[in-house]
Amino acid sequence: MWAFINKLRSPKWFYGISAKLQPWFWALAALLLLTGTLWGLAFAPADYQQGNSFRIIYVHVPAAFLAQSIFVSMAIAGLVFMVWKIKIADMAATVMAPLGAAMTFVALFSGAVWGVPTWGTWWMWDARLTSMLILLFLYLGVIALRGAFNSRDSGSRAASVLTMVGVINIPIIKYSVDWWYTLHQPATFTITGRAAMPMEMWAPLLIMVLGFYSFFVGLTLMRTRSEILRREANKRWVRDLIEELR
Amino acid sequence: MSSTNATISSPVMPVHDPKGGLLIALNATLKRDMMLMLRRRGEVLNPLVFFALVITLFPIGISPDPELLAVIAPGLLWVAALLAALLSLDSLFRSDYEDGSLEQLLLAPQPLAALGLAKVAVHWLLTGLPLALMAPLLGIMLALPTGSYAVLALSLALGTASLSLIGAIGAALTVGLARGGVLLSLLVLPLYIPVLIFGAGAVQAAIMGDGVTAHLAILGALLAVALMLAPWAIAASLRISING
Repeated sequence: MWAFINKLRSPKWFYGISAKLQPWFWALAALLLLTGTLWGLAFAPADYQQGNSFRIIYVHVPAAFLAQSIFVSMAIAGLVFMVWKIKIADMAATVMAPLGAAMTFVALFSGAVWGVPTWGTWWMWDARLTSMLILLFLYLGVIALRGAFNSRDSGSRAASVLTMVGVINIPIIKYSVDWWYTLHQPATFTITGRAAMPMEMWAPLLIMVLGFYSFFVGLTLMRTRSEILRREANKRWVRDLIEELR
Repeated sequence: MSSTNATISSPVMPVHDPKGGLLIALNATLKRDMMLMLRRRGEVLNPLVFFALVITLFPIGISPDPELLAVIAPGLLWVAALLAALLSLDSLFRSDYEDGSLEQLLLAPQPLAALGLAKVAVHWLLTGLPLALMAPLLGIMLALPTGSYAVLALSLALGTASLSLIGAIGAALTVGLARGGVLLSLLVLPLYIPVLIFGAGAVQAAIMGDGVTAHLAILGALLAVALMLAPWAIAASLRISING
């Protein structure tokens, strides 16, 4: 166990193992995303109420899942970095943040586009939309704080603390916004009627969610590898690697 | 040469009796911060003036119609008080950081979390509490319906304590940065939202005649959680800012 953790500390080891893992995740992501997109957009039956516009769900829901999962992953990585000083964890957290912010934006934007045919408006102060908007601000805060420090180590630790504070607050924000929404808004159109979704609509959604996750893992591995090279540019093994490539 | 020998052979400085050390340190921090703040009266008054000014802007910007103002008054008062509390955060650790007393706080044998908590307590006493006491006055000017004034002050008193605690984490993270002010609001405002929801909700409920205890209880619960967790985050953040 300790040997494994010690191995994890070594960026060189991670650089090697991620090179082997990466193609699998990319292949899986390509397969799942292609299947899910084709099935969801072309073959799944149209919704009897929303018609074809419901197909936005195949982008919207996986993006929203990822937006939340990535923040939690960043917090776990931050904790690992703060407790065990494993630099790889911080590198992963660094490269995950922009992806998480992008996914939050995709979820918000696809939600807004979906809102036009179903609600007749681009934006509503719906509880979910509002929580996602706050999540976007949390992401932007973490990214900005990391960039504001001159020393990378301080920036990393500050971002880790803020991510952990944020992850404790996310459920509180989520529940208070839900509560606020039920108090202030009369029951309007809900998109929660999804529970009774038929299998032919649900299966491609599951495939898309899995595809998004594989894409996320593949992309994080790839970007962590670049981050390793950037941070370890002066180390001997990186210079040897560059020599080999020449 | 002789002096070096002397220092080597001299006995180690006796460590003071640790009994009551924490209480003494807390008391000293409270007194010192209180005195410093009271000597810089401008810093205590600024958030209050800001609060009054922002509230003045709304009738001018929206409408002086008392009926309309009465509807939006709870939210306006809460948002303006929240922004005023935010404005005062940057100075929470700034001067201590600049004159080096924050480093002394870090070196002190007492836990940094407790000393940080004492500083936050002073901050709340001199910004949050005055804001809460002043809010009913501005409520009258916004035609806030009668019967909600006590709840307004109480919800603000409870809520601003949470705001001070959460905000202190952001202030501690940005104290070492040259242009931390704008960043501070980006870090802290999203975390303020639950407090705003329940604080403004309490005043709304008081106007509607609903029970306000649920709202106030949740505000108290938020404060309890913040009291429990924020000091550790503040201490960790101060260490990052000082050592980085």
